[in-house]
Amino acid sequence: MKRAIITVVGKDSVGIIAGVCTYLAEKQINILDITQSIRDCFFNMMMIVDITPQMENLSDISEELVKLGEKLNVKIMLQLEDIFDSMHRI
Amino acid sequence: MIHMNEVYETNQMILEDNLDVRTITMGISLLDCRSDNLQEFCTKIYDKITGRAKDLVKTADYVAKEYAIPIVNKRISVTPIALAAGFKNPEDYIEIAKTLDAAAKAMEVNFIGGFSALVQKGTTEEDQALMLAIPEALAQTERVCSSVNVGSSKAGINMDAIRLLGKIIKELAEKTKAADSIGCAKFVIFTNAPDDNPFMAGAFHGVTNADTLIHVGVSGPGVVKKALEQCRGKKFEVLSETIKKISFKITRVGMLVGQEVAERLGYPFGIIDLSLAPTPAIGDSIADILELMGLESVGAPGTTAALALLNDQVKKGGIMASSAVGGLSGAFIPVSEDQGMIQAVERGSLTLEKLEAMTCVCSVGLDMVAVPGDTSAATISGLIADEMAIGMINNKTTAVRIIPVSGKKVGEYAEFGGLLGTAPIMPINSFSCQEFINRQGFIPAPIHSFKN
Repeated sequence: MKRAIITVVGKDSVGIIAGVCTYLAEKQINILDITQSIRDCFFNMMMIVDITPQMENLSDISEELVKLGEKLNVKIMLQLEDIFDSMHRI
Repeated sequence: MIHMNEVYETNQMILEDNLDVRTITMGISLLDCRSDNLQEFCTKIYDKITGRAKDLVKTADYVAKEYAIPIVNKRISVTPIALAAGFKNPEDYIEIAKTLDAAAKAMEVNFIGGFSALVQKGTTEEDQALMLAIPEALAQTERVCSSVNVGSSKAGINMDAIRLLGKIIKELAEKTKAADSIGCAKFVIFTNAPDDNPFMAGAFHGVTNADTLIHVGVSGPGVVKKALEQCRGKKFEVLSETIKKISFKITRVGMLVGQEVAERLGYPFGIIDLSLAPTPAIGDSIADILELMGLESVGAPGTTAALALLNDQVKKGGIMASSAVGGLSGAFIPVSEDQGMIQAVERGSLTLEKLEAMTCVCSVGLDMVAVPGDTSAATISGLIADEMAIGMINNKTTAVRIIPVSGKKVGEYAEFGGLLGTAPIMPINSFSCQEFINRQGFIPAPIHSFKN
């Protein structure tokens, strides 16, 4: 299984989680874990997802998520999990 | 499981503190391209480079997207041309440089390094021809980088080559006068040159390397600076630990990206070079780090000690993070590419002499230093000899990339643009070393070279 991290940051509003989850469901990307918090109206979310079904189209998915973020007025980033493992785990 | 704060720490480094993979450099051996015929040789090297590197940029860009970390430069280094080519006429080397330039353009890499000669123990006819071709070759090409290794701790210093290169640098400056002598920014002189360095202008693919390798150079002065902001007023041990830890993290990311690119291209991974390399962007500065340690301005007493600490801790963090650390690995102090260094020169706190002292403890040498256009060839040779002596005696790499800006004086600026930045023209000691430089021969190898 290839895992990726999706981070969503921005001003809180209705439908951010719904918007991101709907998109992921359409793309057959399973969500493994969600951490989310709101501080001073600022929305922060990190998702761990199974990106295996879309490994070939990662670049497109990444771009579409950026566009979705613009629509939802938040910043969305998708990265393979390895980068965090490399940096923070020995 | 990865925690949210770790994800934000990484992304903050990338998005706010300019953490990037500075270069993915493909090293390609050209030793199998030898030919007695110039045209055949040029065809062979063009075909080999474009064959090996055809997917380099595309693959690097794709990996960058997957991890959302910028890979700023994609580059190629080749076998020192004087070794690969075997021609004895300088004109031939100009043709070869043009071929390298064409290959670099076709592959969309921004630099190709290896228009080089290794002359520390003596100059062959091929080496001599290549050196004589440097001014014209670099003036007629855009992306070719050149280097000459003139000394080593094992062999001593080739003073005949240094005398010649002083003149070559002047000629190169004159030939590229219209662009503030930019040719000199693509030419570097070394002692103890590493043969796996991915950074330009000094990259070349050493003859002991495998046929094709992928090297990676990471950088992140902004990240180190951010970490040190938490260390104001703290003990040196805390300062050192902080630099070491952050260097570890940066190196691990570079390692991952480099290995990933290597695997996808199907070539072995070479080395990771963890060098704090500044860019003209605000906040991406080595000078800022040194000043954050407690100096009013770079060049103040204490600067050399601060740089020594920085350089050593960067190396230690890197070594712990990867068993393939190579290249130069440390802190670069190019003047024109570092906004903080430029300001220090403008304030009058940083002089050429202090820079020379700093090179005793940093990873390279006098880098991207502009001096007046009327500086004599002998003075430039003298400066090179000093720097090479530091490297030879201290068993370290030292380099000189100096630009005598044609037609300009102290107080004026040379504008190179892009990553090469803006160089304030610095005063240089005007007392003559002509008689010293005019002597022929070699400075013998130092006593500690006899370790067998």
